[in-house]
Amino acid sequence: MLFRGMTTFRNNTLRSLAFAGTTLTIALACCQLSAQQSPPAAPAVAAPLPAILRDYKPVTAERLKNPEAANWLQIRGEYSGWGYSELDQIKPENVKQLQLAWVFATGAGNAHEAAPLVNNGVMYIAAPGNQVLAINAKTGTQLWRYVKPVAPDYISMHRVTRGVALYGDKVFFASNAAVLVALDARTGKEIWNTTVEDNKKAYYLTAAPVIADGKVIIGVSGGEWGIRGFVAAYDLETGKEVWKCYTIPAPGEPGSETWPTGDEWKTGGGSTWVSGNYDPTTNLLYWGVGNGGPWMGDLRPGDNLYTASTIAIDAATGKLVGYHQYDPNESFDWDEVSPPLLIDFKRSGRTVTGLVDAARDGYLFYLERTSKGPINFVDANPYVLQTAFKGVDPKTGRIEYADGQKPGVGKSGSFCPMRLGAKNWQYASFSPKTRMIYIPTSANICSTMVGSKPEYRAGSTYTGARSDDFIAPGADHVGETQAWSVDTGEKAWSYNFAYSTNWGSLMTTAGGLVFGGGTADRMFRALDASTGKLLWQMPTSSGVMGQPSTFMVDGKQYVAVMSGWGGDARGVQARLNRLRPGDFPEVPEGGSIWVFTLGTGQ
Amino acid sequence: MESRDGKQRTSAGSCAGCEERINRRRALMNLSVGSLGLGLIPAVLEGQTDPASAPPQEGDLLVVVSDKTVKSLRPGDIATGALLVGVWPMDPASKIVRKENRLNELLLIRIDPATLNAETQTMCADSVLAFSALCPHAGCTITDWVPSHNTLGCDCHSSDFDPREGGKVVDGPAARPLPPLPLKLVGGNLAVAKPFAVAIRFDE
Repeated sequence: MLFRGMTTFRNNTLRSLAFAGTTLTIALACCQLSAQQSPPAAPAVAAPLPAILRDYKPVTAERLKNPEAANWLQIRGEYSGWGYSELDQIKPENVKQLQLAWVFATGAGNAHEAAPLVNNGVMYIAAPGNQVLAINAKTGTQLWRYVKPVAPDYISMHRVTRGVALYGDKVFFASNAAVLVALDARTGKEIWNTTVEDNKKAYYLTAAPVIADGKVIIGVSGGEWGIRGFVAAYDLETGKEVWKCYTIPAPGEPGSETWPTGDEWKTGGGSTWVSGNYDPTTNLLYWGVGNGGPWMGDLRPGDNLYTASTIAIDAATGKLVGYHQYDPNESFDWDEVSPPLLIDFKRSGRTVTGLVDAARDGYLFYLERTSKGPINFVDANPYVLQTAFKGVDPKTGRIEYADGQKPGVGKSGSFCPMRLGAKNWQYASFSPKTRMIYIPTSANICSTMVGSKPEYRAGSTYTGARSDDFIAPGADHVGETQAWSVDTGEKAWSYNFAYSTNWGSLMTTAGGLVFGGGTADRMFRALDASTGKLLWQMPTSSGVMGQPSTFMVDGKQYVAVMSGWGGDARGVQARLNRLRPGDFPEVPEGGSIWVFTLGTGQ
Repeated sequence: MESRDGKQRTSAGSCAGCEERINRRRALMNLSVGSLGLGLIPAVLEGQTDPASAPPQEGDLLVVVSDKTVKSLRPGDIATGALLVGVWPMDPASKIVRKENRLNELLLIRIDPATLNAETQTMCADSVLAFSALCPHAGCTITDWVPSHNTLGCDCHSSDFDPREGGKVVDGPAARPLPPLPLKLVGGNLAVAKPFAVAIRFDE
């Protein structure tokens, strides 16, 4: 029973197209347009500035749509979420010559999850400690450091950040205690700040902002504390809220029929703590939504839209115009916050304008995005050991839960993948050269969970579940980097980790490489994108949980990533070590930025 | 094994040390009768902005607040096997509840003192132990007390702590113990015997 998913997994075959009409067209009143204000006067710029800052090249909408290969202007490089670079100076033939160019300590512990952005030789990166750094990307020299102070008792279950956004001559940072700030890219001085929500109600921020349609757009954290999730947009010049799109509909709004008639929606969760992807041609954002609150689905009978879903949002209005729900009435802690990648793929001889999502629930979903917003189901198959689903309706994409494996109040359920998912928030990557999507996964780890009914108190956790984890019997590894051909739906290769789960976002390059870390051995490595062969690796100071990026300065390609282990990775490592003592030792912690280049560095 | 305020308890399995502290506190209370507000001065000197945010201090009573009604807790208010969270320290002189700082939230459990290690025994009062209500990993509220396993647990990331050994980590990602808060009895009420030995903080 436990391994039902395995057969399907290994015999994964191309399924016929089955576009669903049930992934509904929506025109939701989930949004509130807000008035805009005129911008405040820009603060004086301190002089003299280093030349590299004086010559700062403002980021435009056009540059974000068509980024130069030499720069890495947003966390995934571009809007489709591919994490792909056209740079090819570093390639399989020479990657063994990669050496350290510089390393930079952040002075912080905890998980370092941000991407190093680079604009014309200036690196912008956020780190734990509620800080943003500007660094000369070639030399590693600090240009400025900004720290947003926090109250000692502020609420944040994850004191981490996944990065900043660039636009104009500003840097946008979603600081942890629910305050969005705009900084002067040249000086690091705060230009404006906006309190996004009340941190005493446990709203906090970890995701990098997204710049789209002339706005700065953020998602929120706090799903374990009884928040009502939303995505919100702010004026670039003033920080004034432009729209707010709730992920949990209020009574009477479309989707509210999937909730009980009481007040459950007010504390229904649906956090949005990973930056969404964006299609500039349709002006639609694709954002992932977390699980419901409290965790046990039987406390909120119904499908609970739009929890555990991908939603499509009109960037102009904030209207929710489409969705696909992965896990109705979710009960496993499977936040489906990681957004799908915008990939056009082939099925049955035609090209589908698509979305591809390696979901936390362990299925690889192929969906169709449409110009007006509705999302259609194409097909889905497990990409790791998956025991919680009986199957997926080939027409609608609605999953059916396996009997007796879904936890509830006072009811134990055992399921694979584990509560933290086959892939947690970490970004998959796509290479248009190989036509493969690359997925960092934890594999063969499962959870047992039993629920309880918690009492809601503002500012206290609101989960109601206890869990334990176990390694699937007979498993010879617990982590993988996988490659799947998006056009055939077939798995191309897998690089397995016997002694570590994989917490590392991936990056691909036109040079034919897949970069990523994510493992307890502290390695940052390059795999051959076509074959999965390990070509280069180097142990860093801690475990690599950052998102890699690559850029070029003075004609030389660099690869950058943050090292810094912590958070859920540490928790799982500790638990695995209790299951198999000695196999999963403690990983040293402490954050730093690592930058590599060919030859002797500088 | 049950004890009452003012009774001498000397057996190895009891909440040792309470009597001495109570007497000392009484002496302090007597002293401060003629010097109202004396107890607040240290907090001011330490730079605490206001007593409602200051950390628990010796002599603070433990209270629960509902609908603005403040109730001082006695050992009998904590049922065997129950976990009481939402407990706050209150300055006995000003009656200010220190709940403007969430780091001050406490939990109480009732536990057989004979099962406690020597150091933890010095922290309990009449079979009641107090800890920070917030998991030192990520600041989530402790949600579970499982007497059969002797674990205090947190739902967020499933860290477990052993109250018998001063809140030692026994499972999950927490890297530091759940901080205990030594208790005593004052007039039959649960009160703080000593401040937290460590600052309440989470993984940064």
